[in-house]
Formats: sequence, C-alpha cells, structure tokens
Amino acid sequence: MRSTSLFYRRLASPLHAARASVGVAWVLSITTAAVLLYHPLVLVPVFAAVLVAGAGAGVGRTLLRALRFAAIVWVPIVLVNVVVSRDGLTVFARLGDLGPFGQGNLTVEAVVYGAVIALKVMLVVLVTTLASLAVDPDETLRLVRRVSFRSALTASLATRLIPVLAADAQRLAEAQRTRPGGARGGTRGRVALVRAVVAGSLDRAADVAATLEVRGFASASRPPRRRPPLSRHDLAFAVSAVAVLALAILARVSGAARFDAYPEIHAAFGLGTFAIAAALFAAIVLPFADRRGIEP
Amino acid sequence: MSAPLLSFRGVGYRYPGASAPALQDVDLDIHPGEFCLLAGLSGHGKSTLLRAACGLVPHFHGGTFAGAVTLAGLDTREHGPAHLGEFAGVLFQDPETQLVTSTVRAELALGLESRGHGAAAVARGVEEVALALGIDGLLDRSTHELSGGEQQRVALGAALAGRPPLVLLDEPTSQLDPVAGDELVGLLRRLNQEWEIAVVISEHRLERVLSAADRVIALERGRVACDGDPAAFLGWATDAAPPLQTPAARLFALAGVEGAPVGVRQARAALRSAGLLGEFGSRHEQPRAARHAGKRSRPRLARRSTRGAALRMRGVWHELRDGPAVLRGVDLLVEPGETLALMGRNGAGKSTLLRHAAGLLAPTRGRIETGGRVALLLQNPGDYFVHERVIEEAPLDALERVGLAWAAERNPRDLSGGERQRLALAIVTAGDPPPVLALDEPTRGMDRAAKAELAAELRARAHAGAAVIVATHDPEFAAACADRAVLLADGRVIADGSAAELLAGGWYFATETARILGGEAGALLPEQGADLLAGRRPGTHDAVITGART
Repeated sequence: MRSTSLFYRRLASPLHAARASVGVAWVLSITTAAVLLYHPLVLVPVFAAVLVAGAGAGVGRTLLRALRFAAIVWVPIVLVNVVVSRDGLTVFARLGDLGPFGQGNLTVEAVVYGAVIALKVMLVVLVTTLASLAVDPDETLRLVRRVSFRSALTASLATRLIPVLAADAQRLAEAQRTRPGGARGGTRGRVALVRAVVAGSLDRAADVAATLEVRGFASASRPPRRRPPLSRHDLAFAVSAVAVLALAILARVSGAARFDAYPEIHAAFGLGTFAIAAALFAAIVLPFADRRGIEP
Repeated sequence: MSAPLLSFRGVGYRYPGASAPALQDVDLDIHPGEFCLLAGLSGHGKSTLLRAACGLVPHFHGGTFAGAVTLAGLDTREHGPAHLGEFAGVLFQDPETQLVTSTVRAELALGLESRGHGAAAVARGVEEVALALGIDGLLDRSTHELSGGEQQRVALGAALAGRPPLVLLDEPTSQLDPVAGDELVGLLRRLNQEWEIAVVISEHRLERVLSAADRVIALERGRVACDGDPAAFLGWATDAAPPLQTPAARLFALAGVEGAPVGVRQARAALRSAGLLGEFGSRHEQPRAARHAGKRSRPRLARRSTRGAALRMRGVWHELRDGPAVLRGVDLLVEPGETLALMGRNGAGKSTLLRHAAGLLAPTRGRIETGGRVALLLQNPGDYFVHERVIEEAPLDALERVGLAWAAERNPRDLSGGERQRLALAIVTAGDPPPVLALDEPTRGMDRAAKAELAAELRARAHAGAAVIVATHDPEFAAACADRAVLLADGRVIADGSAAELLAGGWYFATETARILGGEAGALLPEQGADLLAGRRPGTHDAVITGART
C-alpha cells in the first residue's frame, strides 16, 4: 500500500515494523551525518538513500511532495549566502560598492557553499519527514511520557488535532464555496475563515479535554515500561544507525570526506571518499531489503 | 434489588451564564445491569445528565450545582471525572474528538496507562476489549483512517478498557449511518446481557434502542417527566409528548389499536392478534413493492421531461486518482417541483453526487446540466458560520423565509441544532430562489420535532417550484419529505422509483411503519398506515382492503 497522507499510517514496511526507539535512533543518526558532512559526493548519495528508504517504507510519493516544499528554501539559502559571503576568491560578478555592506563581489565559492548548506537543510527536512511518516508517534511520545507524561500527551494531542483541524478547514472552505456568489475572497474573507477555524478548534479542544478527563488524565501516572523482544527489523535498523553514525564520524575524522569551500574549493576525491559514500548509501538502504514480518 | 450504581438526589444544575437551569430536581437510581434509554427533545437536559453522572458537571463545566450524584458510592462533588472514570465509561457524539492518539492500540491503552496499570495488565486489557468489541483487526490501524462507525467502536473500546460497570453514551449513533448505528446498539446489548454492564444512552431515534431498553427516562426542561419501562414510556408519550412517540406507537395511536408496541416484532404480533395483519403478515405483498422499486429508472431517464430538467446527469463518473471510482456512470433527471431522497450506505456516492450537482467537483466523464444555480447545504451547518451575528451571515429576507428574523442579532453558534440548520439553509438559498436545492444529511443529531419542521420547509420549497434533493440515511425523514427515492450503491443507481415503492420494500431502507405493515399499499408514515388499518376494522367493506393492497 502507498501513502500520500502527510501523517503517520501503519504500513507494511521494515521501518514501520521497527520499534519507535530504534526508528528514532536511525533517523537521528542520518540527521547527525547530514550535519557532520559537507562533501557533496557524500551528501548526494545519502540524500538518494533517504529517497530510496522512503520508497521502501511506502511513503516515497509523500516524501517527494515534501521535497517540493523544501526546495523552496534552496534558492533563498544560495542567494543569501552569495550576497553576504565575502570569503570566496573566484569572483563571477561585481556589484560595486554597497556602502555599509562593502564590495558586492559574488563568488563561485559562495554559490557552491550555499548549495551545500541548502542540500544539508533539505536532507534534514527529508529525514524528519520520513520519521513523521514511518515512526509511530504514539510510541515515540510514549518514550517521552516516561519522563514527562503530561508534556508528551499534550504533544500527542497537538499531533492528533492537526489532521482534524485540517479537515475542519477544508470543510469550512467548501461550505463557503456553496454560498451564493461563492466564497468571499480578499483579506476579510480569509480572516473570517481563519477566525471560524480557530473558534472551531477551541470547541474541538474542549471536547478532547472532556474526553481526556473521563479517561483519567488528571490522575495520570508514568506509563509502565514495556520490554518486547527485539525483532529482526529492530536489529537491522539499530545496526544501520550505528553504522551510519560511525561512517559519518570516520569520514569527518579521517578527512575522507573533507570539503572546504573557502577561500577556494578543495574537496577529497580519493577512493576513501567513494567508499564512504557507497557505505553510507548501503547502510541506510539495506535494512529495507529484508521484508519478512512487516505486515501491519 | 441491589444497591444503585448511580444515584441522583435532588440534582439541579445551571451552566455558567445560562438563564435557565439545565437540570431541576432530578431523583433517580440506576442499578447494575440496567439498560436505560434517555429520551427528550434537544436542549432538555439529556447530555447534562450524562455529564453529571460522570463528574464533568460540575468539575469540567463549572456552573451552579445542587443536590448529590453518587457513582459506585462516590460523591461526584468530592471525586473528579478522572477517578469516577474507573466506574463509568463515557462515549460522546462526535467520534473524531474522542480519539486522542494516533493508533487504535495506543487509544485503548491510554486510559489503563493513565490509571497506572502495569504493562501486562495494559496488554491484556487492550486485547480483551478489542476482542469483546470485535475491533481486534483494527489494533494497528491509524485512528484518522477509520470510518465513523469504526471510530465510534474504538472510542467505546477506550471507554470500556478498564471494565467499568457502567457506560454512559450521549447520542452515539447520531453521526453514524443506520448500519453502523445498529451495529453499535447490538454491541451495547451484548455488553449489557453478557457482562451485566449497565448502559445509559441518550438517543433521538428511540425506535433504534427501545426494544433493547429495560427502562426509559424522559426529560422535559431538565426534569424527569417519565421514568418507566418502554411500554409505560410510550403510553406517556402518546398523551403528553407526541414528538417523542416512535412511528410504531404513533401508528397504533392513530389506528386506535391498544398498547403501543416497543418494536416491529411486537407491533406485528399485536396487529396479527387483532386480525389486522395476515398470518404471515403481509410479507407476500412485500416482494411486489420490492419488484416494482427501481423499474422506473430507465423509463424516467429515457423520456423527455415535460417540465424541463432542473438537473440532468448523463453518464457521470468520478474516478479518484490512484483510487476507486466513486460514481460510475450515473444517469439522473430531476424535474422542477420534485423532491428526491438520495439513499444508500456510507461511501455509496451520495455526497459526491451532490457535490457534482453543485459544481464543487467536476466529473471525470459524463455531463451535468442544471436549470440554474444548485444550492447545496452540506452536512454540518456550523461550517457556514464565519461571523459573530446572524444578520451578517444571511440577508434579512432570507432569514424571514426560514423564520429566523428574530435571531438577527444573535451569535449563530448560540442557536439550537434546528435553528442552525435553518440558518445554513437561509445562507445557501439567499437571493433569488435557487431552482435546485440539495441537502447532504440534514437531519444528523436532530430531534423528531426539528425534522418535521425541516420536512415541511422542503415540501414548501418544492411546492414553490424548486427541485429538492436530499441525501439521507433516515427513511422516516425521506418518507416525510420526498415523493421519489433513488438508491445508490458503489456509485451506481440501483433503484429509482416513488418513495412509496422504494421505502416500503426493504429492511434498512424502509420506514418502521412499512416494516410493520410489510410494505402494503406503500404505506410509509404512521398516518398512511393508520388509514390502511382503519379499512380493516371489522365492519369495514372488504373492497377497502382489496383496494389498499393493489
């Protein structure tokens, strides 16, 4: 089954089948790699691996949708970096004296560094989106509940209310379209609609609060610790998380993925670089190869 | 008799800022294993009584509280809803706001975890309640992808996970289609009979629950107006509160037959013993109605309308991208002045068809022609209200048309359910009268009096020349307002005929009167059934019966 919803749904995939703590650890390890690494030759395979992982988790199409939104930040990041950066040496355009901002020299290095930073941001967005789609939020929040029950439950409720309020907003907008003459456009119309959604959300919140009251929220205590046996997918993603983290640290420490944008671009292009890139790709993708016992 | 599980003593309650009390001098006891039905018109205190029973009143809502409510020996003034929740599970109307986690398993576990049960007890509790309610197949599903009926069953499971001895339900079937509603009532009956769980349920469609109930408590302006077994309640309703009568009781009252029946089976037995129904009922007549229902589908489409078409659909398909076809080649012709009931189970395509008629959706294949604007009233009237005053929502002449001119300066959200529905109607029909008026499930959560008002309003609009199309699950309402019915299944029109033919020949899509009389002579409403029975009274000429049967 394939999902295009932006919210978690239990699907038949190895990542869905892994326990939330392992899923979160796996996502955090990729995020850490994205933060530690700068070499495009390494980042691009990691990026591709996350897309393959999304497809393996049955949420590839939704990830691509999220990517379209994330791509919006790519251009501003590059532009801003090009305009504000003064560290590059290879000038490709001179804007002259910009007063308090100094000489407006645009450099190739600033463009490349901006692109790398944008790639890292998009990678983090992609990985966190994958986590929200494929790691059970209830289980995740349950982990937090053992530390702070009410904070976690409040977060859980907020998560739950988002799709409910989105559906409310869609219904309200549709109802406005059925008015004679259609929905009132312009700022006033939108403000009225937003106000109605907010008013509705307060009613919703009051109903949910009443439900929580009768379910014993006021006397809530720490949830019990569960110790389910480790599944093959728990083990696979745990090993993958450790491997990704280790490879990222190794790449950083050994210099195999060294990348300096300023003052001139210098990047490692040895066998080690390619080996690290291939190993990262494999480490991220391989847990999805075993599809035994994944039925939701 | 055992000690009461729930007890009200001199209870009075007024919501903060309210001018009138919601409950007054309520005295009653609910015993273990009782199945109690709460009856009453909207706004007469049913929900408040249920909220007082579980401690939400006064702890959650505030207000002024008098008297005492004890649940399992605990005074609700001293114990909050969290503590009382161990003894009473609660189910409200809207399933969406009762599910607070993302998966069914987590939802069932939440209450147990909140009360500090150990991991093994939580796992067992979840498993037990899932099996008991038949939702074990849903355990790993996301809550937001469940149907309304599934959501309501999961919410009931969450309320029962701690095995409380009492369950309180506030119109739990109002958001469900008849199939899901009946399933829920059947489930409650099983819980009550097999585990002796006491049930207190408020419901507008009393006929749905009455046969399962041991006792009916009717509220009027916050006071207990009647407290007795179902037969006693129906006797009281016949004299004192006709809007609370079931169709069967009204049929008997109008026909002058003694003893208001609690359900269809009892009604048929009573009529049979009175010689007003054949030995096998009149079921041999029923197939005739069923056979004829639907036969007009093609002729109606083939012929040219003599009055012009208010709405004409030709081979309309609606195919979802990466999904199923919701409408499959629908042909439909609706003429001016016609009132059409669009029926079918959830997902049959009723709402989608109306959205196409109103131009909110475009068909992926086929053509739609209309004789002008199609005014569409969607399911939830509250979705239309985006202003603080009624007069800002609709012009005064439209408000006058629906009898709401007096409320012009009020906040739309302060109106009652029926008034909100009328205001939404005023909004979508403002300006020139639309030639087509379409309504999607307009009677959800409405009491019988409000439904009767709406049916009269729709008939008046049809009389004035509008084509009226109502998508509804409620056969009683369809019979009261429609002269034609169309049955949809899987996006196809499977039957199209007069309401008298179509609503007399089925199990689900039949009125209670039709089910009692076996669909004879197309009698759908108690008034029509009473006329039919009057012709069978001893001394009445045989020709009347013969005529009625043909």
